[in-house]
Amino acid sequence: MNKETLNHTQDASVWKHHHVLDVDDFSLAEIELVMQTTDAMKEVLSRPIKKVPTLRGKTVVTLFYEASTRTRGSFEVAAKNLSADVVNMTAQSSSISKGESLIDTLKTLEALGANIIVMRHNFSGAPYLAAKHSKANIINAGDGWHAHPTQALLDLYTIIKHKGKAEGLKVVIVGDIKHSRVAHSNIWCLSKMGVKVMLCGPPTLLPAGLDDTGEYFPQVAVETDIQRALKNADVVMELRLQKERMQSGLLPGLREFIGGYQLNRERLALAKPDAIVMHPGPVNEDIELTTDVLHGARSVVGEQVANGVAVRMAILYLLAGSKEL
Amino acid sequence: MKDLIIKGGRIIDPTQGIDEVGNILIADGLIKSIGKGTSITPNAEVISAKGKVVCPGFIDLHCHLRQPGFENKETIATGTRAAARGGFTTVCCMPNTDPPLDNLPLVEYVKSVAEKEALVRMLPIGCITRGRKSEELADMAEMAAAGVVGFSDDGSYVKNARLMRRAMEYSLPLGLPVVEHCEDSDLAMDGQMNEGIIATRLGLCGIPAAAEEVAIARDIILAELTGARLHIAHVSTVGSVELIRQAKRRGIKVTAEVTPHHLTMTEERVLGYNTNAKVNPPLRTQADIDALIAGLKDGTIDIIASDHAPHTLNEKLCEFGMATSGISGLETALGSLMGLVHQGKLPLDLLISKLTSEPARILGNIHGKLGTLAVGALADITVFDPDAEWTVDVEKFASKGKNTPLNGEKLKGKVMMTIYGGRIVYREGNEKLSF
Repeated sequence: MNKETLNHTQDASVWKHHHVLDVDDFSLAEIELVMQTTDAMKEVLSRPIKKVPTLRGKTVVTLFYEASTRTRGSFEVAAKNLSADVVNMTAQSSSISKGESLIDTLKTLEALGANIIVMRHNFSGAPYLAAKHSKANIINAGDGWHAHPTQALLDLYTIIKHKGKAEGLKVVIVGDIKHSRVAHSNIWCLSKMGVKVMLCGPPTLLPAGLDDTGEYFPQVAVETDIQRALKNADVVMELRLQKERMQSGLLPGLREFIGGYQLNRERLALAKPDAIVMHPGPVNEDIELTTDVLHGARSVVGEQVANGVAVRMAILYLLAGSKEL
Repeated sequence: MKDLIIKGGRIIDPTQGIDEVGNILIADGLIKSIGKGTSITPNAEVISAKGKVVCPGFIDLHCHLRQPGFENKETIATGTRAAARGGFTTVCCMPNTDPPLDNLPLVEYVKSVAEKEALVRMLPIGCITRGRKSEELADMAEMAAAGVVGFSDDGSYVKNARLMRRAMEYSLPLGLPVVEHCEDSDLAMDGQMNEGIIATRLGLCGIPAAAEEVAIARDIILAELTGARLHIAHVSTVGSVELIRQAKRRGIKVTAEVTPHHLTMTEERVLGYNTNAKVNPPLRTQADIDALIAGLKDGTIDIIASDHAPHTLNEKLCEFGMATSGISGLETALGSLMGLVHQGKLPLDLLISKLTSEPARILGNIHGKLGTLAVGALADITVFDPDAEWTVDVEKFASKGKNTPLNGEKLKGKVMMTIYGGRIVYREGNEKLSF
């Protein structure tokens, strides 16, 4: 590839990860390297033939215990762009549904020659168990309420593309923070980059212990009133609301959530004039975002998906330790 | 049975206020004499206990021996061997077996197995409600007649307050305590660990302290209403200690226990998704540990009980959310508790009373004179080296349950010998003794 398009601020030797389980253990240099490698991947994606031989002869397995459209698809496209062989496995269509344990499943995949395993799991921490018992590189594509590192990295990339840099920005994350792995990884990643993170949601959807000292989790601001939260915001990130939150007594109903936390045109006007609107998807239209905001000029939701492919190509590339594109 | 002489040990017996170097003579399974001048009888085996502590055998009011139903986790045979290795001469086993111990024939079955296979005294606890379902009372009187030492649905809270009231009333003439696993299941729903910032970091659903405290508060009120004896299992929070303290001040007949793990480990043990640190109630915070120790010291918490909860390797070698709760604790109890003594947080004689005379007081006298070295008492004796350092190796456990977060860690304080009814059932370095 054309090396000149790479902004060589970080040397590839700063990369220390064998697995990508969360962003909490990423150094600043590693995050910057991912951003820079993503730029290179964007360049690949702009070519007429969007394919490089980096992962030729390598097998990437996507192992999904939960349904997913964009993350699984995004990883598959990313791996194929890098010429990997891709095998897709879901809990429903494999021995997992016959009760095979995660460790046994991983051993099987390893025996079949998997080099990189991209996994999504409904239980928090499952990728950590996998990493302990598998020689393959494990990429966490979302585990329970815990983490979704590649989403946080693609969100950061999208923010930087629009704002130039992340440091000093105010990012407001709105909605169901408590159950959101996207929120959790974003809090880690953005805090490391010097972003002022503000969480906004009803008290029942905020995680416990945020008033703690910051030893185990970044210190963040919390504001239950969306109007106050949006003031001076550079980025507004709405999260998907799961329908089951109503059944478990965390919310009285959709109408109150919409009344309190939906991002509509009037509320968006409270943020900075150039504030961007993000959502990890899939969007419940007219619940988290009104349709006009979702499809409006400030929305970067579509870009997030496009950037997702490039970021995941970057992660796969870095994990493979390859030097050529 | 050969007579035994335990010579030159530091004898600590809280029931007699003894803490002195001396000898103990054991004959016919009973303590014949105790003190400096004990005569040496011919043919007696002399055991030198120099530099060791000699105290009444430990009594565990709360453990899970899993038989019948979960023999892959533990059996009465393996569980009582683990007990002997841990210095326990009496263990009370919880009835959350399969089927649960809720009727006379099952109690008789467990007792008959114990008679043949138990290495130390095993006293069963019967269910409060049939099938542990919190719907109707179990056959409490029949089980009492068969020798259960209390009633408990341990593992579950008796959700139905009306039924709990009836159980307490019904227990009155039986003279036995109702032992409650205090946990409001709605507040604790889906909980995996202590609620707080570490749970948030790990993305695990938290169990608030309130889940325990709300449950304890209800039961204290019902104990006051009925006058029944309430024993609260595995207390784990600051607030619980305070509720029990107040209840005792008001003269309510409540006793309480704490486990070695809740006294020595915090929720940080869960970091890295350590399933061996998954236990119910969950490991809490240092503030909770401090309150629990203060509770032991001022008598709010009467005893230390292991809540030994053995599980198979497979039940822990899995996703955190799928792992079973529980710690295999009999064989590390003394070593971890001695850590508190070495740190100056707990006096040695107090620790011994919480493991011997205090649980004996809760059991009462119906099973013989336990928890004492008084002349004429059953010769249940534990000899331990307070300063011996050792490394926990689960492969050496007698218990089938290798599930402990302490594997590989150094502990200071080691059981050297356990004597049950005048017979040596464990001797350090001679594992074959446990026949």
